[in-house]
Amino acid sequence: MRRTVRGLVGLVGFLAVGEVVGRSGIAPPGYLPPSSLVLTRLVELLATRSFVLDLIATVLAWAIALGIAIAVAVPAGLLLGTVPALRHCARSVIEFLRPIPSVALIPLAIMVFGIGPDTKIFLAVYAAVWPILFNTIYAMDEVDPQLVDTARSFGLGRWPVLTRVSLPSAAPFVATGIRLSASVALVVVVSVEFLAGGSGGLGRFVLESSSGSGRMDLVFAGIAVAGIVGYLVNAGLEWAQRKAFVWSAATGEAS
Amino acid sequence: MPTMLEVTGLGHRYRSKDGEHIALDGLSFDVNAGELVCIVGPSGCGKSTLLRSISGLIRPTSGQVRLHGDVVDGVPSDLAVVFQDYSRSLFPWLSVQRNVEFPLKKSLDKAERRERARQALEQVGLAGAAGKYPWQLSGGMQQRVAIARALAYRPALLLMDEPFASVDAQTRFDLEDLLLRVRREYDTTILLVTHDIDESVYLGDRVVVLSKSPARVVRTLDVDLPAQRDQITTRESEAFVALRSEVARLLHGQPAGDAPTGNGRPSAGRAPAKGKTGTASSAGSTAASSAGSSSGSSEKAASAKAQPSRNGQAANRNRGKGNGAKSRRRGRARR
Repeated sequence: MRRTVRGLVGLVGFLAVGEVVGRSGIAPPGYLPPSSLVLTRLVELLATRSFVLDLIATVLAWAIALGIAIAVAVPAGLLLGTVPALRHCARSVIEFLRPIPSVALIPLAIMVFGIGPDTKIFLAVYAAVWPILFNTIYAMDEVDPQLVDTARSFGLGRWPVLTRVSLPSAAPFVATGIRLSASVALVVVVSVEFLAGGSGGLGRFVLESSSGSGRMDLVFAGIAVAGIVGYLVNAGLEWAQRKAFVWSAATGEAS
Repeated sequence: MPTMLEVTGLGHRYRSKDGEHIALDGLSFDVNAGELVCIVGPSGCGKSTLLRSISGLIRPTSGQVRLHGDVVDGVPSDLAVVFQDYSRSLFPWLSVQRNVEFPLKKSLDKAERRERARQALEQVGLAGAAGKYPWQLSGGMQQRVAIARALAYRPALLLMDEPFASVDAQTRFDLEDLLLRVRREYDTTILLVTHDIDESVYLGDRVVVLSKSPARVVRTLDVDLPAQRDQITTRESEAFVALRSEVARLLHGQPAGDAPTGNGRPSAGRAPAKGKTGTASSAGSTAASSAGSSSGSSEKAASAKAQPSRNGQAANRNRGKGNGAKSRRRGRARR
């Protein structure tokens, strides 16, 4: 309760600073609209059909990308985490691919997928795969050998040990990876919309508001919506994680 | 009595970067059906390696283990192990009930599993805790869950690796008596490894004394104490005191310097008068543990911690949680 109150105080303070700076005339008129104006635009936008469609386009692309990233990275991480030889072979390739910024792959993606939503989904998947993959690999490494020994001593073979011991004990780490990836994927989706235009979405709305008409109030309102979506996604996943892995939080906190 | 377990010439060597380390050097002993045999040896002498070899978790480099006549090659289906570090052998995501049911999934249907688990939990006095999670229980209760799980599995042989080394002194006495009781009720054959001399004599029908690393069998002693044992009267009886002194001397390979008897081994009848200070068990044990880092290092750390004897000092250590487990569970957010 106290934390919620403090969080709200921080938010209100931030908005107040925005309001004061916006009205002070430090920046040329129209560059830094005051908070109240941005909030008004935000409410208006949420009632505008075309904007809501943009919002849906972004959220949908994000959800699809995250789903694909999970479907790719979790099995790959399990495999690489359980077979050390394979992990060593894959390491150099992974370390080469991972630092490549997804936006640098925009030209390639446009050539392959065109300028439809496939491009932004592909690039978001590319960026979102890594945190999940790495967390899954490390999680498999972190499985307590004595838990495995316990299961083996009761006669469980490789596959039952994997599904009944390794998977559940790795699950909280994997969930953290998914949460990190969710934020990354949203950033990439909006960025690609902004940079490559094409298929609608929040990013393109921001691009059009700024380049065509220079409406910074609309730009900030669009940015605020992206921020709110990101916040909700993270908070929702965090909540789900806490609910699902009470045991993990409990064993971790007690030290 | 039929032989349940035959260990013949069991040897194990590790290859590490500074050469070869011999953990087990040709061990031989038997355990008869229905017997409770204690293996006592200094910390780090290879006791855990021995149990892991017997349970089929690792393959010995020489010698043979037979369980009711069959050579052990892989984990036998009718064997259970209770480890020292209960917090790392119970599954934290499963309730107590489901932990106990865990090994029964292959062989029994749901109703039978539930019933078996209920019985076993009742046996160890935890009928009311079935719905709780392991991390909500104290250390002693967690170890009772582990014992219940092993009993519910109805193994032909129950292996216990320093099962009471991580609980406080009072809990330890309770668990020892619990073990003696359920052992009679389930008629289980038990092989229990400990570094605690008193515990080995109190619990065992026989005591197998191991040497410092590399482990060899120094001698096997019969414990002729009445089957019904009691934490106070048994421990003060002459026969008990004489036996624990003999085990202590065997462990150190020579007559202890401050032993009141002075010359050689005492006969069973003549008991050293002040034989109940616990120092003998902790003396020569640290030297051996520096060797062989490839064997279970966490076991060493844990048993070194649990070393101060039960006679008082170290009561409330690591309540509730085992030793190394927490640190591994921390820091889960990583990129």
